[in-house]
Amino acid sequence: MLVFILKRLLVAIPVLLILIVGTFVLMYTAPGSPFATDRGVPPAVLANLEAQYGLDQPFVVQIWRYITGIVTEFDFGPSFIYRDQDVNDLIAQGFPVTLTYGFWSFVVAVIVGGGLGILAAVKHNTWLDYLAVGISIGAQVLPNFVLAPILVLIFTLWLGWLPGGGWQGGQWQYVVLPVIALSTSFMASIARIARASMLEVLTSNFIRTARAKGLPMRRVIFRHALKPALLPVISYLGPAFVGMITGSVVIDIYFSTGGIGQFFVASALNRDYGVMMGITVLLGTLTILFNLLVDILYAWIDPKIRY
Amino acid sequence: MALLDVQDLLVSFDTPDGTVHAVNGMTLSLEAGESLAIVGESGSGKTQLAFAILGLLAKNGRSTGSVRFDGREILNLPEPELNKVRANEIAMIFQDPMTSLNPYMRVGDQMAEVLMLHHGASKTKALAESAQMLDAVRIPDAKARLRMYPHEFSGGMRQRIMAAIALLCRPKLLIADEPTTALDVTVQNQIMELIADIQRDFGTALILITHDLAIVAGSCARTLVMYGGQVMEMGATDDVFEAPSHPYTLGLLNAVPRLDIPQEALQSIPGDPPDLTRLSPGCPFSPRCALAHDPCGQTMPVLTGFGEGRFRACHSDREAVV
Amino acid sequence: MRGSTRKSGTDAVLATKAIADDLAAAAPIKGRSLWADARARFFRNKAAVAGLVVLVLVALFALIGPFIAPWNNEDIDWTVLGQVAEAGRPSLSNGHWFGTDALGRDLFARTVQGTQISLMVGVVGALISVIVGTLYGAIAGYFGGRLDAIMMRTVDVLMSIPYMFVLILLLVVFGRSMLMLFIGIGLVSWLDMARIARGQTLSLRGKEYVEAAIATGVRPFTIILRHIVPNLLGVVIVYATLLVPSMIIYESFISFLGLGVQEPLTSWGALINDGAAEMNNGTLWMLAFPLFFFVITLFGFFFVGDGLRDALDPKDR
Repeated sequence: MLVFILKRLLVAIPVLLILIVGTFVLMYTAPGSPFATDRGVPPAVLANLEAQYGLDQPFVVQIWRYITGIVTEFDFGPSFIYRDQDVNDLIAQGFPVTLTYGFWSFVVAVIVGGGLGILAAVKHNTWLDYLAVGISIGAQVLPNFVLAPILVLIFTLWLGWLPGGGWQGGQWQYVVLPVIALSTSFMASIARIARASMLEVLTSNFIRTARAKGLPMRRVIFRHALKPALLPVISYLGPAFVGMITGSVVIDIYFSTGGIGQFFVASALNRDYGVMMGITVLLGTLTILFNLLVDILYAWIDPKIRY
Repeated sequence: MALLDVQDLLVSFDTPDGTVHAVNGMTLSLEAGESLAIVGESGSGKTQLAFAILGLLAKNGRSTGSVRFDGREILNLPEPELNKVRANEIAMIFQDPMTSLNPYMRVGDQMAEVLMLHHGASKTKALAESAQMLDAVRIPDAKARLRMYPHEFSGGMRQRIMAAIALLCRPKLLIADEPTTALDVTVQNQIMELIADIQRDFGTALILITHDLAIVAGSCARTLVMYGGQVMEMGATDDVFEAPSHPYTLGLLNAVPRLDIPQEALQSIPGDPPDLTRLSPGCPFSPRCALAHDPCGQTMPVLTGFGEGRFRACHSDREAVV
Repeated sequence: MRGSTRKSGTDAVLATKAIADDLAAAAPIKGRSLWADARARFFRNKAAVAGLVVLVLVALFALIGPFIAPWNNEDIDWTVLGQVAEAGRPSLSNGHWFGTDALGRDLFARTVQGTQISLMVGVVGALISVIVGTLYGAIAGYFGGRLDAIMMRTVDVLMSIPYMFVLILLLVVFGRSMLMLFIGIGLVSWLDMARIARGQTLSLRGKEYVEAAIATGVRPFTIILRHIVPNLLGVVIVYATLLVPSMIIYESFISFLGLGVQEPLTSWGALINDGAAEMNNGTLWMLAFPLFFFVITLFGFFFVGDGLRDALDPKDR
């Protein structure tokens, strides 16, 4: 098992480097200076600024500095717009917020979605099954940027139950709507996957063997069917994680939660390359690490995978 | 009193294409310790008969009639009641050992849970007993094997494990559904020997379901020939093989290659097994039967006894079947 | 859906989407004779037919809309400006059938125009990703061995990158344009298609007609184009149909963030964003009309896609 994890880690490191280098090259080749604005900056000032940020150095030096900065000091470099802040400050501000509602969204999506899907499969062709299928089909056409306004319309404007934005240090009222908006479509996907795979597993021969042993249905489902039924769900966790990170941008914009996505879009609109690059690299790293975790979890559950 | 007494068993399935009548009025009985082979082509309802006895039919399946085990009606018992019978009194070995074991559980856990459930044994004790049983089905190094997963065993080994699981609670009746079909010929013989030994050593009654007449001869005292979900003929295995009294049995026997007597050519039975969604009121075999005549297509012949413990359901004379 | 999604080998462990796996596991769809059969099955599926009708209606709306709209999508109706909440309501009398947006522009004309863009991005994006993915997967699956390992490993690696951020980076760095949007969206979504096509190609490779072609010395790329790709068609069609809605969602997502098509052009995502921003002012129609078209179109594509899958893969039932 340890060898397996180490091997995976070894694969992850070059992927990370590719991500960083790729992003950096993209930024480097971007036309124009990051400090050139509409108002027009005098060339002397521009050169001065570029020298200050090390942008006058050759490409190799720049990228080496950037990578060593990340690896050795966890320093994602400066912002080109907010002179007094660097990317680490923005991350320190935004990341805890993103992490909070992201974590809850993930938990809700996996537990509610998985539970719903498995319940639907066990109660196949009952009203519960139809309800679960209905919900998951409906949620397919309600991506977060559509669901967010609808939720605000209903729970904030009409019912007045929950605030339609803000964070307030993460009080629960402010977390509920972002979590629902972010988790719903993933919950639906997980429910659909779990239901389909549970249905398939329940018709398999080894489940019949388990029933022939005289095991009560509850034990057949929990001891024999649950593990194989959840494997496809586990495979989906990686894409779900990427999707949620992406969706967090919408949540941050729509609910003004102050998460990391808000900085990303602001920097994209301002062409603040330093911040964009830093956030992309950070999120890419997280994604790669998360996929590593999913791999390990899968290998741990499925005995047929050799390490 | 017979150990197992099946009367007028009907099994049907509701499908989008209509109702499939898999078993159509089966009657059979089995004494304790006795062995019975049920033979017939695929699609003749053998497996569904076994599933109906244990209540393992698919969700769209329905069964009516009567199945008495040890004098007690067990057909369509509520699930919790049925669970006390399964494995504990009637155990089953399935056709495909490759997929019949749970690939995500250690073999030891799959065995131990049976004893823990039915005998209330502790995990340690259940595992020890499981190891003994693996030993009994001749799996070497049983103790270490308990910690392995099914995919680490060969097909023949897995069928031995299935047999071991089936025997854990010393059931009174063992139903083996085509236990050798998925296996190599050499392994087939080993498994059949194992089942014969089990039957002798444990005194278990045996129902062997198969389409392979070659393995019946050595292993079962009685044979029941099934077609279209009905009994065609029944009797002592030697008698049935020596002097088949039904054209279908004759057809099956002629299709088996034999080394002991000169044969000109193997004869297959013309035509296909019946469409179980549209059964005629007559004998299901009549469309393929060389002896078919007037009443065959209209009325099902009654199962009638003749000779010593033999039964047949055919409108033609016994002498005509050669 | 089938659950043979549980594959052995660590490759499969990496991120997969449900549908992708589903299709990858499906048997290759065989022969021409199947098409008529599939058509009959498709038209027996009520949800799929309803989805198809909806899609045809939406397409007609996008095509005919410009000719029947009394207003232009760019022109501001000065008579409603400043009192949009009252004068800009949907009404038949002043020709603003769907009302106006916050700037007094006709919402019907804008919805028509947004529908055109969204549908176009969806279809073109899906086409790009399907073509790239099919060829990539077919090549990897056909040649197998080390090339296959490297190619599919690359796909696995690319899958673990938050592509939406990269796409936004691309849009910012190279400037926002329709072309960039097409290419960007298409290029980040071919990965699943590649995995599906590879799986199918692997099983097609062993078929007699392919081996016959190899034995008679047909060049590999000719074999891929003549014998492999046509047989992937069924799966490709199903996947393309299911890909269009995700393309539409991607585009809408980017437009929602204000990084998509630029004014005066618009798309569903931009319209929904505009509508959502005005929600407080009692002008709900601005949200409702674009949202309605967005939702029914996605439903349409999903139902048609599911119907096609059921029709082309009868084994599933």
